[in-house]
Amino acid sequence: MDYFVELLFSGLTRGAIYALIALGYTMVYGIIGLINFAHGEIYMIGAFTSYIIATVLSIYGFPLLAIVILAGLAAAVWSSAYGYTIEKVAYKPLRQAPRLSPLISAIGMSIFLQNYVLLAQTSDFLPFPTLIPDFAFMEPIAHIVSSTGITILIVTTVVMLLLTLLIKYTQIGKAMRATSQDKTMAMLVGINVNRVISVTFIIGSGLAAIGGLLIAAHIGQINFYIGFIAGIKAFTAAVLGGIGSVPGAVLGSLILGLTEAFATGYISSDYEDVFAFSLLVFILIFKPSGILGKDETKKV
Amino acid sequence: MKRTIGGKMISVAAAATFALSLTTSGFAADTVKIGVAGPHSGDLASYGLPSVNAAKLVAEKINADGGINGKQIELLIEDDVCKPEVATNTATKLVSAGVDTVLGHICSGATKAALPIYNNAGILVMSPSATNPDLTKSGEYPNFFRTIAPDDAQAKVDVDFALDTLGYTKIAVIHDKGDYGKGFAEFAKKYLEESGKAEVVLFEGVTPGAVDYSAIVQKIKRSGAEAVMFGGYHPEASKIISMMKKKRLKADFISDDGVKDQTFIKVAGEDAEGAYASGPKDTAGNPLAKMAVQEHKDTFASDPGAFYQNAYSAMLAMVNAIKVADSTELAALKTALQNEKVDTPVGNIYFNEKGDAVGVGFSVYQVQDGVFVEM
Repeated sequence: MDYFVELLFSGLTRGAIYALIALGYTMVYGIIGLINFAHGEIYMIGAFTSYIIATVLSIYGFPLLAIVILAGLAAAVWSSAYGYTIEKVAYKPLRQAPRLSPLISAIGMSIFLQNYVLLAQTSDFLPFPTLIPDFAFMEPIAHIVSSTGITILIVTTVVMLLLTLLIKYTQIGKAMRATSQDKTMAMLVGINVNRVISVTFIIGSGLAAIGGLLIAAHIGQINFYIGFIAGIKAFTAAVLGGIGSVPGAVLGSLILGLTEAFATGYISSDYEDVFAFSLLVFILIFKPSGILGKDETKKV
Repeated sequence: MKRTIGGKMISVAAAATFALSLTTSGFAADTVKIGVAGPHSGDLASYGLPSVNAAKLVAEKINADGGINGKQIELLIEDDVCKPEVATNTATKLVSAGVDTVLGHICSGATKAALPIYNNAGILVMSPSATNPDLTKSGEYPNFFRTIAPDDAQAKVDVDFALDTLGYTKIAVIHDKGDYGKGFAEFAKKYLEESGKAEVVLFEGVTPGAVDYSAIVQKIKRSGAEAVMFGGYHPEASKIISMMKKKRLKADFISDDGVKDQTFIKVAGEDAEGAYASGPKDTAGNPLAKMAVQEHKDTFASDPGAFYQNAYSAMLAMVNAIKVADSTELAALKTALQNEKVDTPVGNIYFNEKGDAVGVGFSVYQVQDGVFVEM
């Protein structure tokens, strides 16, 4: 039983990590129907920004909580700036182009950002500072779930709730839903669609940056390549849950994380990816738009 | 391509020589081109760049002394980022640039992919670091030599250490599914089982780059292993060892020379303390090794990195073979390498008919206060 609970929390932690990144994929897809492959790189840039800020602040002897908040804020702002710029430079000019063009542009952006960080920073793995310490009250259950793991779980839950509220009850949320349903019609009723798209990219990128900080603190190391693999997994999770749907992204991430953890725990970690992707294929056969996805006839 | 052009040039040169009754050597080119291939960028660059430095230092020295039999060494440096699919391009590029021999590649997977291309062109390849046993033992790569002991020798050293010195009876063997890591892990498992002294309680591969290793760590814990033997490189090793500490798993960590890198200690920090990793024998007592380190310090103002001594030795062995054979033909070089002993930083070595250097070996190191200490 203990072992089951341990694996359950391993899976939830993994799922929550995927969810932090998957939310950005799903939001962008929901609004403009584009798979933003550069999103994983935004997450990586968030991790690097928080690394740099945290390192500098700890030299000046700031308290840990202040470092976490300032590094998180800086990473969110900086990554949002990247997200905003990427949309303006790489996607906006292609908005009327066939759907494949912005997709290729996104892959190009992803490769560009990876190599940019590689050249501007380093190819080495960097040790990420311990931003989330081992909480004393967690010690009795530290063997089940680590302090970083529980932090990620809580943050993901809060973020998902806030995002749902934002989309449901605020004016910009309403505008987002309208844009997602019909861009032209939204424009005709006076919604500034460009602004809505920019805001979506800013929120998604900010989330990825927070994810970058938390996940890097959990793993303890970063390099320029971390965004790629995490991005692929998060993208898979978003598709599994139904791309375009916010609760779907979280659900898909948790299912993916749990599948991987239980496959590792009860069968073999050699096959964790086999099980994860078999599950994806299986679900897409019966529900092509994902678990919570809306049926849509217009597909790539 | 290279051979036909070379052949034509040789015959032209020979005809000219004959006609003018001059006594020149049969070489067509006036330099010896040595390719240097390995990861020079990317996350494993720290394994490849020290070899480039070694090649430069040796080439500079030989050239200053008048070259190999009067011919200057020219280095052609190409990046393969440790990836098999890139390595084949790297090899093709070097072959078409007309290299005579190659120092490299660094990673076993990349080396394996590149070797057939060099073999078709009849080019000798000597790696300072590719330790996959198949490279020499399978007999499929007759043009391959190396100045490092293969993984099975390394796995044997690790297993003997774990059983005889540390006295473990339950060991979990984990690997990263790559050519290098899995090869090491399979040999470790084989030797552990053959010894009859210990039980392999778990044998599994992890996916490199995964965001969280807690599930596999829980599994290691449940298996009751007293030690984890890991085959793979340092990025995964530091993630696993940190997660073991986070999950309060008190098992020792024993690994290979893919982990015996200062980056492992830098990234894992305190979690790395007490971990064991095998690596090439400490050759600090060898005067040639001391000299090689001093040259590096003088030229690059830093301590040399991983496989530096092996690369330095490989360069010396190749240069010596070309000199003795007075040719860069594969067959002549092979004979020279197998028969001529040469003094190098890793010892006085020669090569067996499989291509492994006789006279080099591994020892086990432990992380103590942030540095690897030979046990």
